[in-house]
Amino acid sequence: MNFDDTPQEAAFRAEAKAWIAANAPKQYEDELKKAALGRIQLKSANILEVAKAWQKKKADAGWAVPHWPKEYGGRGASPIERVIWQQEEGVFGKLGALFIIGHGMCGPTMMAYAAEEHKRQYLPPLASGEKIWCQLFSEPAGGSDVAGLRTRAEKDGDDWVINGQKIWTSGAHYSDYGILITRTDPTVPKHKGLTMFFLDMKSPGVEVKPIKQANGQAEFNEVYFTDVRIPDAQRLGAVGDGWNVSLTTLMNERMAIGANVATGFPELFEFCSSLMLDDGPAIDDPAVRSKLANWAVRASGLRYTAFRSISALSRGERPGPENSIGKLVAGAMLQDVATYALDLQGAAGVLNGPEDAEVAGKFQAMLLRSPATRVEGGTDEILRNIIAERVLGLPGDIRVDKDVPFNKIPTKGR
Amino acid sequence: MNFDFSDDQKQLRDEARRFLTEKCPPKAVRAVIDGKAPYDRELWKGLADMGFLGVAIPEAFGGSGAGHLELCVIAEEMGRALAPVPFSSTVYLAAEALLLAGSDAQKQKWLPAIAQGNAVGTLALFEGSGNPSPKAIKLTAANGVLNGTKKPVADGAIADFAIVAARTGSTGRDTDIALYLVDLTSEGVEAKALTSIDPSRNQAEISFKNVKAELLGAANEGWSILSQVLDRAAVLISFEQVGGSDRALEMGRDYALDRIAFGRQIGSFQAVKHMLADMYVSATLARSNCYYGAWALSTNASELPEAAAAARISATQAFQHCSKNNIQVHGGMGFTWEFDCHLYYRRSNAVAVGLGSLSYWEDQLIERMRQKNAA
Repeated sequence: MNFDDTPQEAAFRAEAKAWIAANAPKQYEDELKKAALGRIQLKSANILEVAKAWQKKKADAGWAVPHWPKEYGGRGASPIERVIWQQEEGVFGKLGALFIIGHGMCGPTMMAYAAEEHKRQYLPPLASGEKIWCQLFSEPAGGSDVAGLRTRAEKDGDDWVINGQKIWTSGAHYSDYGILITRTDPTVPKHKGLTMFFLDMKSPGVEVKPIKQANGQAEFNEVYFTDVRIPDAQRLGAVGDGWNVSLTTLMNERMAIGANVATGFPELFEFCSSLMLDDGPAIDDPAVRSKLANWAVRASGLRYTAFRSISALSRGERPGPENSIGKLVAGAMLQDVATYALDLQGAAGVLNGPEDAEVAGKFQAMLLRSPATRVEGGTDEILRNIIAERVLGLPGDIRVDKDVPFNKIPTKGR
Repeated sequence: MNFDFSDDQKQLRDEARRFLTEKCPPKAVRAVIDGKAPYDRELWKGLADMGFLGVAIPEAFGGSGAGHLELCVIAEEMGRALAPVPFSSTVYLAAEALLLAGSDAQKQKWLPAIAQGNAVGTLALFEGSGNPSPKAIKLTAANGVLNGTKKPVADGAIADFAIVAARTGSTGRDTDIALYLVDLTSEGVEAKALTSIDPSRNQAEISFKNVKAELLGAANEGWSILSQVLDRAAVLISFEQVGGSDRALEMGRDYALDRIAFGRQIGSFQAVKHMLADMYVSATLARSNCYYGAWALSTNASELPEAAAAARISATQAFQHCSKNNIQVHGGMGFTWEFDCHLYYRRSNAVAVGLGSLSYWEDQLIERMRQKNAA
């Protein structure tokens, strides 16, 4: 039980620290520190360009995705070294938000299933941020029940022809490639008729439409496929094995999201430290303290749970369903923390103009964005099911569509 | 970084679990609850023979000197088994206070006796309602003579000695408080057992009438020593709470798998599954906070005060959450005397207030974080 670096870890940390000190785009440090939850904007520069430039700089020095193998653009760092890098990169890590899906989910899926030549061709530019990837899973009729998806892939010579629609695709509008799960056989039960591909997002017939979200931003998209052709060589895994391939992606998604989640606690603690109430600083108020303490131990509990997972990972264990806890706890916390921060502001809590609102409207933005956190990447309810079934060993839901051919499953509630 | 117990420590935990499964089944807990004995003496002796009482006591004072991480894994098992013995009072409070502030003679007198199972110790701090605070201490010490009453004192009616917090002045500063070591067989000491929500553990009122006592540590450092003892004990008791949380969660899970209603296992209903998933979340957060506390305790890190408060809050919440929802999963059967659910419910709520209550530790945590931030 220790937090001390081994000599190798200390050397890795020193090297990372020195390189970051010499190379990080410090002109954006303050803005990044203040950035609210959701899509980050910079006042004086295009975030996409700044993020890509930082990622490329890291890649040239071998820091792009440290835990990936060297031949695919990483440096073969251990799980602990990956964490050390994240700690040292600090606020500049926020610039990596654009690449999380590519590095956290698409990359590992490619590594597990793509042909070697494709890995060598596609992974290094994904690592360096020169190419951005997205993940095309959710559909209007397949959210939590993602295996209920309807996008068709039909074989035509050496190609597959894709028709259908995806939704909630983060960053599709600036993505170069995507991994796509499709239905290749509607006559078998739903989990058995799926197949995974990767594709060029500039392929003819791909149309991306941004979704205006409830908080006014547009991080996600609808993606329409009309007779899009994908070579069979870009298939990931066997025909009909798409569900298993997607589980690899989702497992990595959980680790990518779970290990480094925002809870809103540090922001709230800072806010309560500076906010003056009638009787003095908010942080001296017993009611405020009680609330803060409850969130403090949830935030620290998550942090140390992640450390335990990383320790297990470095012993060679695979990331398991227990990592579902990260987003489950953090999502609800963000919403509650934001609600409470507005409560402390009283009537002025309604304002969100950067000049008028407390802390430039950070908590108002958090309030309006947080409902999505509880839905994206597995709803709270799906995550509880995963914990109950796969950690505690409780029975699965009774699935009425389990053994029914997909094309015989009802499509309307009433 | 390696944020886990070592293989040897895990082996010790397994050993403790095997021992307690055999020597401390629910029947043994119930024997104490039914008033057959004030605590399980045979189990106490067994714990001594296993070396568990002296695991964090140095060899020079009759222990094995293994350390506090080892004590943490044993504590977890003690909590899981609801062991009806004065372990926390003796080992986390009395022994820790002696180790921190005792003179060589005091350590030589009591620590080997603790390790051998021949002495039960406790901390006499509270005087009625309220949380740890120098202001709440009215019992006086003048020229080494104590007068006053302590209530409740955990294991007070079965303890051989107590560390007593006493007032030596009235300047209003923490330095007014001193700690005294009192042999409870001394003249003028009277201990009376009290009933409590958790009869598996003794609670008592102890009155002191002109009792001669010796100082433990410097006279003006009593409160400072006490604060350190409370932090150290908070981590250890948190491990007991985590052990109890896990067991309550398992009981609920097992019942949800066994019980059939509406033609299916009740564990297949999402309302039940999600309740159990939330219990798992609480228990996991608590365990992780406790591991950090264990690290801080075992290394005497400057983070200990903050880590101890976080562990204590998280573990208190988890044990209360798991024990009450374990009853809920069991439905009506959970409210019978026959089922063991209430034993965990009782313990979780007793231990929640026994070392400063949740609101006390919430306040402590934020105060400590605030001070660290200001520094």
